Amino acid sequence: MTTLFTNARLIDPEADTVTIGQLLVEDGKISEIFPGSVNIDDLSTKPVIVDCDGKFLAPGIVDIGVKVSEPGERHKESFRSAGLAAAAGGVTTMVTRPDTTPAIDSPETLEFVTRRANEASPVHVRPMAALTRGRHGREMVEIGFMLDAGAVAFTDCDTVVQNNKILSRCLTYARSLGALVIGHPQDPGLSKGAAVTAGKFASLRGLPHVSPMAERMGLDRDLALVEMTGVRYHADQITSARSLPPLQRAKENGLDVTAGISIHHLTLNELDVGDYRTFFKVKPPLRSEDDRIAMVEAVASGLIDIISSMHTPQDEESKRLPFEEAASGAVALETLLPAALRLYHADALSLPQLFRAMSLNPSKRLGLETGRLAVDAPADLVLFDADAPFILDRFKLQSKSKNTPFDGQRMQGRVLATYVSGKPVFERS
Amino acid sequence: MTFRQKHLLGIEKLHPDEIRTLLDLSDKYADLNRLSGRHAFALEGLTQVNMFFENSTRTLASFELAGKRLGATVMNMSMQASSIKKGETLIDTALTLNAMHPDLLVVRHPHSGAVELLAEKVNCAVLNAGDGRHEHPTQALLDGLTIRRAKGRLHRLTIAICGDIAHSRVARSNIHLLGKMENRIRLIAPPTLIPPGAADWGVEVFDNMAQGLKDADVVMMLRLQKERMDGAFIPSEREYYHRFGLDDKKLAHAKDDAIVMHPGPMNRGVEIDGTLADDINRSHIQEQVEMGVAVRMAAMDLLARNLQEKPDGVMV
Repeated sequence: MTTLFTNARLIDPEADTVTIGQLLVEDGKISEIFPGSVNIDDLSTKPVIVDCDGKFLAPGIVDIGVKVSEPGERHKESFRSAGLAAAAGGVTTMVTRPDTTPAIDSPETLEFVTRRANEASPVHVRPMAALTRGRHGREMVEIGFMLDAGAVAFTDCDTVVQNNKILSRCLTYARSLGALVIGHPQDPGLSKGAAVTAGKFASLRGLPHVSPMAERMGLDRDLALVEMTGVRYHADQITSARSLPPLQRAKENGLDVTAGISIHHLTLNELDVGDYRTFFKVKPPLRSEDDRIAMVEAVASGLIDIISSMHTPQDEESKRLPFEEAASGAVALETLLPAALRLYHADALSLPQLFRAMSLNPSKRLGLETGRLAVDAPADLVLFDADAPFILDRFKLQSKSKNTPFDGQRMQGRVLATYVSGKPVFERS
Repeated sequence: MTFRQKHLLGIEKLHPDEIRTLLDLSDKYADLNRLSGRHAFALEGLTQVNMFFENSTRTLASFELAGKRLGATVMNMSMQASSIKKGETLIDTALTLNAMHPDLLVVRHPHSGAVELLAEKVNCAVLNAGDGRHEHPTQALLDGLTIRRAKGRLHRLTIAICGDIAHSRVARSNIHLLGKMENRIRLIAPPTLIPPGAADWGVEVFDNMAQGLKDADVVMMLRLQKERMDGAFIPSEREYYHRFGLDDKKLAHAKDDAIVMHPGPMNRGVEIDGTLADDINRSHIQEQVEMGVAVRMAAMDLLARNLQEKPDGVMV
């Protein structure tokens, strides 16, 4: 089957350009890109025409760190509901987290995830595996077997491996297999029990707090072990300005290090918590406005490589509690792109910069072929209107859990259609 | 009369005029309480439920007495022993209670913000009797009333709040109240007991009693909250007493007519010298307890008046 996308504004994160043109898809791959217009009669086969009407066509989002609550908490999110949410949000590859119940820490559980994903999700699923058994930080998982079974990265998610000797062995072993390890930079002692970032606001609310220095300490420790072992390392979320200098130094010194950030830390700050609104409780906690601005600049400069949703479904019962006791996390597969477009409308980031961080970089880091608008790349695409305004209604989200901090907020920019391997998986009616 | 609140959840939400209204009415109730046959009927026919998720003797007794003096039907529920242990959530407990149609709900809870969460789910007026480290509004009001009666005014005074600020909801409510009334506020404590960012609250911060107490009109001591300390904050109680415990020598730095206050219960010999606490010329600690009943009567009276203006049957 051949499809021709006409009249599109093509966002190319590799070339850092937005151009008007046509894009031809054959057999699930991008086969040709024509600048300007093309005469259909010149093509060898008669394609199906998709008139993009001047809207933006970009490589589909590769979202590292999606929590699908399967196995264990399917009432919060299943592969089906997460896949539908991803499709509606322009996410064409979900890179799933292993912090399920039980944790994805054996080839058998990984095989379950792959099978469920294939039968239920309309978008690609690439699973990550735990780094240690049960995410307890004591014994390493069978990294080799898990790589063979399709694990794209190894992470204990927000549980920090505290024992440096154990972690160094895990990293050394992972290094020998070329595996990517994803860390959660956080000093567990300093951040224990914390619900918000330390400061004037947290202290007035009387909530247990943590200094952003805990993140920097965790990062310093991780980077030292990366230098020692030479492992490929990605920091899941760098959210405070104090963590940027060591990150910059590590990159300059040639360590194989990348860093990510969640969309919430780029678009919200600690004041949004207001009167104990638990939908704004995320991990690490939302930071100051100064930190948020520094993070946006770090994404623009490329120091922070990857933006992700950190999609974390929580049901009403986990959130309708006093702030300290409420669960952390927010759903974000569907709001990732509209929220990211806030940065575009604020002139903080260009569209190629956004898709470099949401599609190209994550794809490159995981060794995937997606994430680019290039001939022979998979036709995983998102078509969106960057200007369409709407008010977010959380009950209209595809996710089973509705815990979004953007409920009732004005957003600008909507996904019109999402294509996986050239086939539409979502079309807005 | 200016008091438009449905609930009394914290001082932060109150307008200075509302604070004055509360204190003026409290004054009247304080005088009434000194008479014999001291009954008023403002809450006659209303039901007041005291729901305490955390231990309390003094505040609970004060609220109970205040309700009874105004003619309310008062019920005390100790929530530590009941359904919480059975796994019921705070919201469900609130809804269960709401179905019994109380008019006034007095709540104390160990978590900051919990009382506010509960107030969203019930129809009655909710009074915060202390939530975590957040607010304890009636304590700040009774402190304000005590100061106003002793000093003749509640503005342009220099007021030192000393001790365990970090764990204290009393300190936070007082900082709001005294700030709104345009006083000069000083916080004195070892830096481990000063919450981060406190210097941005519009207060002066000291870690030395002699400097902090200089020319103060009011010295408010706080209890060292041993039960809330999840780590080492001070090396020992004796070193704390030596450096931050209030005695005659340290008090000499304050104004000659400075008054001494403490929200109780006191740790004698830890944050305050026992003899000084009993000195009737300086210490207003007993009067604070007395004002507590008056302030709670006034707060419940005003909330009950607003309650009756609302249409019936509004379900949340």
